[in-house]
Amino acid sequence: MTTITDPPKEGFRLNQLIYDTRYRSMTIQVVAMILLVLSISWLVSNTVQNLQALGKDFDFGFLWQPAGYDINQRLVEYDSQSTHGRAALVGILNTILVAFLGCALATVLGVIAGVLRLSKNWIVNKLMAAYVEGFRNVPLLLWILLIFALMTEGTPQPRDFREGGSASMVLGDSVAITNRGVYVPAPVWGDGSLIVVIVFVLSVIGAFAYRGYAKKLLFDTGRLLPMVWPAIVIAFVPAILVFFIMGRPIGLENPELGGFNFSGGIHLRNSLIALWLALSLYTGAFIAEIVRAGILAVSKGQTEAAFALGLRPNRTMSLVILPQALRVIVPPLISQYLNLTKNSSLAIAVGYMDVRSTLGGITINQTGRELEGMLLVGLFYLLLSLAISGAMNVFNNRVKLRER
Amino acid sequence: MSDTHAQTVRYVRESMLPEQEPPLAEKGAVKWIRENLFSGWMNIILTVVSLYVIFLVLSGFLPWMFGGVWNAGSLNECREVLAANGGDAHSGACWAVVEDRWLQLLFGFYPPEFYWRPILTFLLMFVALAPVLYSDQVPRPFLAFTAIYPFLAAWLIWGGAFWTPTLVFLGFIVGYVAFRLIAPIAGQIAAVTAAIVATVVWWMVVTPNVSDGLYRMVGNSRFDSAQVEMTNQMETLPQVIAEIEEQQEAVAAEIADAVAEKDAILARIEEGSGDISALRGELDTTMQGLTALRDQASSLSQEHFRVGQVLSGARSLLGNLATLEEREASLPDARAEVDVLREALPRGLRNMTNPALAPEGTPPEVLDQIDAYGTAVNNVVTIEDGIRTTYQQLGRIGLEPVDSREIGGFMLAVIIGVAGIVLSMPLGILLALGRQSDLFIINKTCVAFIETIRGVPLIVWLFTASILLNYFLPPGSNLDLVVRVIIMVTLFAAAYIAEVIRGGLAALPKGQYEAADALGLDYWKSMRLIVLPQALKISIPGIVNTFIGLFKDTTLVVFIGLLDPVGLSNAIRASTDWNGIYWELFAFIGLLFFAFCFSMGRYSLYLEKKLQREHR
Amino acid sequence: MNKTVFFGALTVAGIAAGAASAATLDDVTARGTLNCGVSTGLVGFAAPDANGVWEGFDVGVCRAVAAAALGDPEAVNFVPLTTQTRFTALASGEVDMLARNTTWTFSRDVDLKMEFTGINYYDGQGFMVPRDIGVTSAKDLDGATVCIQTGTTTELNLADFFRVNNISYEPVPIETNAEAQQQYLARACDVYTTDASGLAATRATFENPGDHVILPEIISKEPLGPLVRHGDNEWGDIVRWTLNAMIAAEELGVTSANVSELAAAATDNPEINRLLGTEGELGAMLGLEADWAVAVISAVGNYGELFEQTIGENTPIGLARGLNAQWTEGGLIYSPPFR
Repeated sequence: MTTITDPPKEGFRLNQLIYDTRYRSMTIQVVAMILLVLSISWLVSNTVQNLQALGKDFDFGFLWQPAGYDINQRLVEYDSQSTHGRAALVGILNTILVAFLGCALATVLGVIAGVLRLSKNWIVNKLMAAYVEGFRNVPLLLWILLIFALMTEGTPQPRDFREGGSASMVLGDSVAITNRGVYVPAPVWGDGSLIVVIVFVLSVIGAFAYRGYAKKLLFDTGRLLPMVWPAIVIAFVPAILVFFIMGRPIGLENPELGGFNFSGGIHLRNSLIALWLALSLYTGAFIAEIVRAGILAVSKGQTEAAFALGLRPNRTMSLVILPQALRVIVPPLISQYLNLTKNSSLAIAVGYMDVRSTLGGITINQTGRELEGMLLVGLFYLLLSLAISGAMNVFNNRVKLRER
Repeated sequence: MSDTHAQTVRYVRESMLPEQEPPLAEKGAVKWIRENLFSGWMNIILTVVSLYVIFLVLSGFLPWMFGGVWNAGSLNECREVLAANGGDAHSGACWAVVEDRWLQLLFGFYPPEFYWRPILTFLLMFVALAPVLYSDQVPRPFLAFTAIYPFLAAWLIWGGAFWTPTLVFLGFIVGYVAFRLIAPIAGQIAAVTAAIVATVVWWMVVTPNVSDGLYRMVGNSRFDSAQVEMTNQMETLPQVIAEIEEQQEAVAAEIADAVAEKDAILARIEEGSGDISALRGELDTTMQGLTALRDQASSLSQEHFRVGQVLSGARSLLGNLATLEEREASLPDARAEVDVLREALPRGLRNMTNPALAPEGTPPEVLDQIDAYGTAVNNVVTIEDGIRTTYQQLGRIGLEPVDSREIGGFMLAVIIGVAGIVLSMPLGILLALGRQSDLFIINKTCVAFIETIRGVPLIVWLFTASILLNYFLPPGSNLDLVVRVIIMVTLFAAAYIAEVIRGGLAALPKGQYEAADALGLDYWKSMRLIVLPQALKISIPGIVNTFIGLFKDTTLVVFIGLLDPVGLSNAIRASTDWNGIYWELFAFIGLLFFAFCFSMGRYSLYLEKKLQREHR
Repeated sequence: MNKTVFFGALTVAGIAAGAASAATLDDVTARGTLNCGVSTGLVGFAAPDANGVWEGFDVGVCRAVAAAALGDPEAVNFVPLTTQTRFTALASGEVDMLARNTTWTFSRDVDLKMEFTGINYYDGQGFMVPRDIGVTSAKDLDGATVCIQTGTTTELNLADFFRVNNISYEPVPIETNAEAQQQYLARACDVYTTDASGLAATRATFENPGDHVILPEIISKEPLGPLVRHGDNEWGDIVRWTLNAMIAAEELGVTSANVSELAAAATDNPEINRLLGTEGELGAMLGLEADWAVAVISAVGNYGELFEQTIGENTPIGLARGLNAQWTEGGLIYSPPFR
């Protein structure tokens, strides 16, 4: 009979730190930590010394000083007497605005181009290939500059809208497309408009509730309720009724030509539109490739199986192909959204006042606070990126294949 | 029935009928068009819309492109010629600006007599890449050239003494040798540490000293001959310059004549007197002659500039040589002064050279002492640097050095892009491994680094390189902007490469890792011998795509004042000749980028397909 | 001590050594070249020609300083800087001086720790409008769209002007002059505002300069001049007195044509003698050769000559001397005495 004896107890020896795998990882980590702390403190001490030598300090007080410059596009109240911090906020909102608009349009363009690239129509196919390759292989900066210049050269100036001029407004004199931007009607909120809005929001919620109910009914009993039309009716009819009952409280204010420019209405500036279009077209080209690859990744057998089950082509697409393609499409799509957001910092090329141009540009220039300003700008982009990838990852987890 | 046999059944045909033409709608172009373009109402709409779009774009673009002017000296001349040819001033492109400046757009201000250096570097790049990209067709020993190539490329482009890159390269060999020597004796970890220490010591202590020694040695042997030669140049070159100036005047006179002739023709065309088309032909010839003359004038002024540079170099070197002995003699005294002043300082404040850095509450007389000490130290540094610079000018065996400020245009974009990707590979691999590692601190550090870099736009990093990096480096270090940009782009690319390689690592079947473990290989051996070769191979298309992205993003350096193609286009538009030109330059730059990126993209696709085939 | 050793691996790429606080003149002489920060491209003031040779009014100032300090106007490295990078490049020692039409303001001088060494061009911010919109005064610009170059003092002046006069406007910020010009010509803005010299230079290159007018209002003072870092007074003196030497030379009638003749022997005019080093030791006081001013004037000419060659009335830019005439002729250009 053999008895299992404990191995002889060993005392801890110093060289176990290196040769014993139990401790080695600890050693390596501690060394790495020390090196990391050392290098960071080296950078910090360099910075402190350099700042001292230049007679500068590290202070965010400039954010509360008056900025002194004007910003043309602002989503919040701002004038030249507002603070640098306020200017930074205006820039941040502008960045988020163009990033949001860009992501939306890029997705639409990308999906259309991606699907059309798979079309059997030779001309359409080649045209989309030219679009995708053309935009993917030329720097975004050039596209931004070119589109901006095309828009200023290719659209009429406001003067041409005067009597006897060569240009005229479109859509029943409500929209003016000029080389300074597009002027569209602005809503005017009269008395009682709040009620209309509340009713509308409530009925949209109601429409979603109906949809959920219909789905549940379908899965529980197999009874198929009509989905689209009732939802639309529930969403819009009450609001429209209330709108007329309240005596049409929401009106539209059309832009009018007066003095040098159009006044009234909403002014979508050329810089915004050019940046938006360029970002969308550029990113759309990448998304088109992703969508194409995603659709091609779903094996043909899936389509055939769906047809064999008797599904109609559009249901095949929406119930079989698309959910599977989405799994392939979404992860690279997230990184495209992130790219677009980061690329929006090229706004400086067309004078769109995003956070890079206000806080990271004019403010730094006027106050000489490059270290603080750049730190804040970097931090903002980092947080924005993390927020986007966080949100998109939630979505990704929802469409992901649930493995059992 | 002559065509049927007697024995055959009557209703069975034995011989083939001759092939019949298919119906018109089912063959050739018609069928193709029907099937591909008009197969359904949706398709018809799409076809019509696409044709309309193509027509719109081409009808606007083609006449402008082909109706352009190639021979003109300025935008105004372009417009005159266009008007004379019967259009308005905007009906055609003014390609003359490209004709005038294309070399600048490609090479920036790189000296034309050295254009062969970047071109050679570019061509050698393909030789260096071949063993990596076509590993199955190129023999392995060629990898040695790939290893040497980065040093060779830097030397070819920036010039300087041949021993500088050699010594830097030897640092790696020293590290490798140290590793090999120590590993059998003291184990791997000690060997790695020793290798790093040996390399760093080699670079920080041996390299500068050996390099200075070589400069000194060669410099001393050349001292007298250089003095003679420089004096000689100082005497002869002004004459050369005078001759060039004479020629320049002659050419300028000829140009003035040609311009007058051109103006006369233009006036006659405007009057409408005589045969317009003959006049236009004459104008064309005159403009061609004018362009030739201008090219001549331009090469003359280039020559003038070059000789002027040589002369100013000779003057500066001669001045430095004259004072060299004196400066060398003054060095011991200056050093002694530093020592004396240093001893005089209070203990805690020794080695402090800048009074602004002294702790608060330091008495004013000590501050003065620090200031005096700092001045003395600076004095020594200046003298030492001066002597070193003189010897470097004197004792260089190698290529004429070229300042990185003179690098610009497309060449700058290629240098930043290629250097960024190549230098980021080692760091990228380490980061990818770190991100996969189980070691908590290493893992989290790598993740934080990668996400921070990837979460912030390149333009912010470039501004960091241009205005902040000097804050982070030790006081007094002053790196050249191109080098700073390359450092920043390297860090930037490393984060992206790390993600690509992580994808490659994740794509490897787990069995490979387990097999390596089962063989008893330790971590680094299993990575080096089993995992990384496979993972890197499948990552190559991704790396190429990252490179394309980075290459396009190099245009952003225009915002920090580097003269890449877009920056040069701004500079060109600021010259009085070409002020106001717009589309032509961008079209040219766009075309260059397209050609480069498109071919790279095709190559990456080809690789991807090849990899897929191999994996089957 | 020599920090560059740390970057041994990078020495291939060329590193400028030496502490930023070291005497700049010593650095420059040891290096053999002057690093001069200029604009990335401004018509008439700084632009590279087809051979990469920089030309212009600001470039002339750089060459003059190089001639004074090194005796060689060609020994200049021109470092193109944007409005964003110019001050940090100077502060970090990347350039030895800045001649990049930079406005001398209180905060730049005091807060940003720069030292302006004089004024080489008196400018002011003006407005240019197309003739056919019929505006004759900047006060009529209510509601107009205004193109401005960002990152300069112009946007601050503009905001102040419109606020003081209580009229509204729409700013269109543009990164470069070339871009702004394109916007203005396409009428994407009604008004283009920048320094009056820039307006005139820009207008001169238009297809039909007569179609555009520069409004009479000058809404700001823009004294443009070369600048150096705070803290190195010897170097600041060299830049300051190089500029003054050019100005004084014009006043005294010394030109690039006659300077060698005048410098050959002492003349009747003691100030000329002191300037040209035939009398007194002004050069040695600056730490330069006695004939430093001769080198400057024979290389780039006096102030008036440089002006006429680069931006004067006979060039395509066609600027009149105006405020930049000598004080003896009703201008503001005035050099302290060489004594």
